[in-house]
Amino acid sequence: MGRTLAEKVWDAHVVRHAEGEPDLLYIDLHLVHEVTRPQAFDGLRDSGRVVRRPDLTLATEDHNVPTQDIGLPIADPVSRAQVDALRANCAEFGVPLYSLGDVEQGIVHVVGPQLGLTQPGMTVVCGDSHTSTHGAFGALAFGIGTSEVEHVLATQTLPLKPFKTMAITVDGDLPPGVSAKDVTLAVIARIGTGGGQGYVLEYRGSAIRSLSMEGRMTLCNMSIEAGARAGMVAPDQTTFDYLEGRPHAPSGTDWDTAVAHWRTLPTDDDATFDAEVVIDASTLSPYVTWGTNPGQGLPLTGSVPSPDDARDEVERVAIERALEYMDLAPGTPLSEIPVDTVFVGSCTNGRIEDLRVVADVLRGRKVSPAVRVLIVPGSVRVRLQAQAEGLDTVFVEAGAEWREAGCSMCLAMNPDKLAPGERSASTSNRNFEGRQGPGGRTHLVSPAVAAATAVTGRLTAPADLSPVA
Amino acid sequence: MESFVVHTGTAVPLRRSNVDTDQIIPAEYLKRITRSGFEDGLFAAWRKDPDFVLNQPAYAGATVLVAGPDFGTGSSREHAVWALQNYGFKVVLSSRFADIFRGNSGKGGLLTAQVPQEVIEALWQAVETDPSVPVTVDLDRRVVSAGEVVSAFEVDDYVRWRLMEGLDDIGITMQRADQIGGFEASRPSYLPTTTAVT
Repeated sequence: MGRTLAEKVWDAHVVRHAEGEPDLLYIDLHLVHEVTRPQAFDGLRDSGRVVRRPDLTLATEDHNVPTQDIGLPIADPVSRAQVDALRANCAEFGVPLYSLGDVEQGIVHVVGPQLGLTQPGMTVVCGDSHTSTHGAFGALAFGIGTSEVEHVLATQTLPLKPFKTMAITVDGDLPPGVSAKDVTLAVIARIGTGGGQGYVLEYRGSAIRSLSMEGRMTLCNMSIEAGARAGMVAPDQTTFDYLEGRPHAPSGTDWDTAVAHWRTLPTDDDATFDAEVVIDASTLSPYVTWGTNPGQGLPLTGSVPSPDDARDEVERVAIERALEYMDLAPGTPLSEIPVDTVFVGSCTNGRIEDLRVVADVLRGRKVSPAVRVLIVPGSVRVRLQAQAEGLDTVFVEAGAEWREAGCSMCLAMNPDKLAPGERSASTSNRNFEGRQGPGGRTHLVSPAVAAATAVTGRLTAPADLSPVA
Repeated sequence: MESFVVHTGTAVPLRRSNVDTDQIIPAEYLKRITRSGFEDGLFAAWRKDPDFVLNQPAYAGATVLVAGPDFGTGSSREHAVWALQNYGFKVVLSSRFADIFRGNSGKGGLLTAQVPQEVIEALWQAVETDPSVPVTVDLDRRVVSAGEVVSAFEVDDYVRWRLMEGLDDIGITMQRADQIGGFEASRPSYLPTTTAVT
């Protein structure tokens, strides 16, 4: 019988299989950032162990780093201690590290792909739930916990029980103005934040094939918000074109060998999935969240739901609580919700293509004086590329702030935060209570909607902006 | 990991049920960057009460915790195990443990020994009558004894084997080093390394 993409990658990495025991899986790439449990390195030290393959391990600083005045010492002592601990651990154990100030520094899930380190058919792990991003290349990539980080550092393997597989099939053409972010928000609204529990999602169908690598990364990134362990897209010519020539991509005859192998990875026609969700791309439109989890999303043309719309008591209570936290009244058109902050960035939407979309909307326009707009590139390379294309000038002339690379306001571990009661339209991945700062309120949106919202000061799709004079 | 066959030490009677991991180690301690030093966070809220059992000099230096049912519920934080170990505990006895906590304990080398609630009651009485009474936990024979109290305890076979051999998950995987090495030798040459390229 045929196998799925996920099963092929799994099978190719089994070091040891024994009845009644988890499979021991080899890990091709282990990514590390400063919040990746320094305790894992402590554990190694305590037991006199070493990092088995520092050459398959890569660290960067992203979660805590400031996006302004990066030449100065980090002001917050807790953040500084985490960064200092990472630097000391990497030096002691020989792990390559891209520190603040290095041209390769950035969000770990932006840096891996742009270096060409993430390739089809690989296993990729990181002590970070958004590791699912790397599945866009047809890699099996997932977040792990403290003990598992230590396990991978020491052995380059992990004992794992097999996942189930779910196909998310999106066929047809995405309407203009509808992006990967809208697809993922629609998927999560459909299956719920627990709908993917225990599954690896494989995104399939003509709408997925038409997405760029950046779009596929956005999609796979958010898989965890549906509760899934990982998300994947089968590699194709788009994948190969993105990879070719990148610093760590194969070259010469290695390239040909690799591509030949990668072409064997897509799910076989006669393979079966444990579950399938089918979505008609032509029905999709820009999505935004109104509540406090990523599954509480609707088309921007819709209205804030009422607790009376709930299918059961659990959902009714959830809607009530979300409306109270978000300070929203049922029936309010989503497009009338005012915001005071717009955040563009994160491992979800902090790549060059995202910034181009934002610049296209902002070019020749001004952001609303009532709105603070932060544009934070996902990596130093993205920042430099944007500057080479003159995007920074567009942002600054429109009245937005152009920042240094990092996770920034996605999770507010650095100084970029919402104040209590502030409301953002954010291209990030989580609208949990307090995620962007205690008491802050978050609406998840695509880069295009973020940019249009910056102009009007309320949740807006670019199609609803008046043309540039 | 140290191997655990027989342990003898004094015990603390913790007359509480449903001790969740937020009580074992509150969230504010999770920001720390080390794996050691969590002993000051252990039961931090309860220890503010001078009468709390851990604050009583008679129980200083104890290594066995005798707790009520449903010990270790709630958040999956591995810090709960570290806090107990950092404080000096080698064994927790209870009539029922939360699954994730028990799993984390097995990984970390803390023995969670399950005995019927009447044995817990008898142990409480024994160590309250005489806090210096030695409690012996024999993992090989699966027997706990303190003075006149003697009882068998339950522990997962696989966890018992690992503890007695002194093997954590990593230790077990490291026994497969030959297989890992063999797999590594077969990996295609085009796969990337993170070493800087120029």
